[in-house]
Amino acid sequence: MEFKDNLEGKYREALSSFLKDQTEQALYQGQKISRKTMENRVSPEEIISMHKSILMEVCPGDPQKILDSFDFLMEVMMGYGIAYREHQSLRHQQQELKSEIELAANVQHTLLETKIPDVKVMDIGAISVPARQMSGDYYHFVQDENQNIGVAIADVIGKGIPAALCMSMIKYAMDSLPENRHAPSSVLESLNRVVEQNVDPSMFITMFYGLYNPDSHVFSYAAAGHEPGFYYEASTDTMSDLDAKGLLLGVEKKTRYRQYEKQVEPGDMIILLSDGVTECRTSEGFIERETLMQFIRNNLHLGAQEIVNNIFKQLEKMQHFELRDDFTLIILKRDV
Amino acid sequence: MEVQSCVKIINEWDIVAARQLGRNVAKDLGFGTVDQARVTTAISELARNIYLYAGQGTVAIEKVQRNGKAGMKIIAVDEGPGIKDIRKVMEDGYTTSGGLGAGLPGVKRLMDEFDIDSTPGKGTKILATKWLR
Repeated sequence: MEFKDNLEGKYREALSSFLKDQTEQALYQGQKISRKTMENRVSPEEIISMHKSILMEVCPGDPQKILDSFDFLMEVMMGYGIAYREHQSLRHQQQELKSEIELAANVQHTLLETKIPDVKVMDIGAISVPARQMSGDYYHFVQDENQNIGVAIADVIGKGIPAALCMSMIKYAMDSLPENRHAPSSVLESLNRVVEQNVDPSMFITMFYGLYNPDSHVFSYAAAGHEPGFYYEASTDTMSDLDAKGLLLGVEKKTRYRQYEKQVEPGDMIILLSDGVTECRTSEGFIERETLMQFIRNNLHLGAQEIVNNIFKQLEKMQHFELRDDFTLIILKRDV
Repeated sequence: MEVQSCVKIINEWDIVAARQLGRNVAKDLGFGTVDQARVTTAISELARNIYLYAGQGTVAIEKVQRNGKAGMKIIAVDEGPGIKDIRKVMEDGYTTSGGLGAGLPGVKRLMDEFDIDSTPGKGTKILATKWLR
């Protein structure tokens, strides 16, 4: 009530001043009033009604027709008043949704948490950043009883909540794989069956699974339509694609995956990524894989975690801090 | 002219009659111009829904009293197709964005109390009350 009386006083003052000599100063007062009324959620019809009654006070001689016209204007503005109130309530709902999603993102974070294995023979770095609050990317490390290191990286086509829900399923499917089935091709074959049975046909998942044997230093891997990673060979100082062919998960029930092997020498590096890394769009278009290789090269002297952090920072900056897709980058570097 | 307390909605002009009835009662009870306009808009909206979706029905206006407060109640009744998903029509943004008018959430906001009953195939009854402040 106090606000209303106060408002009427201010309105009267500003309107009288404006009617007297149409200064910009008075109009500025009008803008200030509008800010106050919006803050207090005054709807347009109330302002028109107030305008009319104040006008009657300050200009008693005004023709009745002009005064009456405000009743007509009020009727026209009713719809805007309703829309204004609806907007306020929608904004409130949006706030609630936002905090709900934040909560869900925390839950997802806990669900998908993975620990980077601490092993003597390798330096491992990983970074995963969602484009929105929830991620459709997933990476996971496992270490079996023979100290083999399993590394999984998966990407649901699409992003946001539907992708995130889908990812949680992959995580549980992985957890329930039998202990003795950690060969990359069989891991992908099992997961393919789970995805094919449980996921909407319009949803696809790409995945890369690798297994590193710390004794023989053989890295075996298989991929399901996943963005190829890179391999850095220290002895020749060259970088090449870590190609592996295979159909996306969830397309065909009986898909077989081919398994590849690579002998890893000291100083060699395995670089795994999601397509959010290569689909980083700058003002000059998508970045080239060559550009990305160059970035990695520039950071070669650093530790694995520092390299992935640096590359994320650089690409984030190039996209003006707007990620279009979930970003995951993993580096495994055999110690010299 | 005697104020009728119930208007049969058959054609578009009956919406005007319902509005007029509501405005007269609101004025009579001493509602200010803003609230008069709100009640009238609510009546207009309900009458229009009947005209558009049910074909015909009635809008009645009642003066009411509770705990020493005076107010007016709109009773809109039709025997049209009814509403299958009331939650959906009560959702914000369901109608306004399409330029279809204030919709039922709008009516609810314009009034102090709102109650709806609808059975698919049987019809809809909406009660909405505004109290004098």
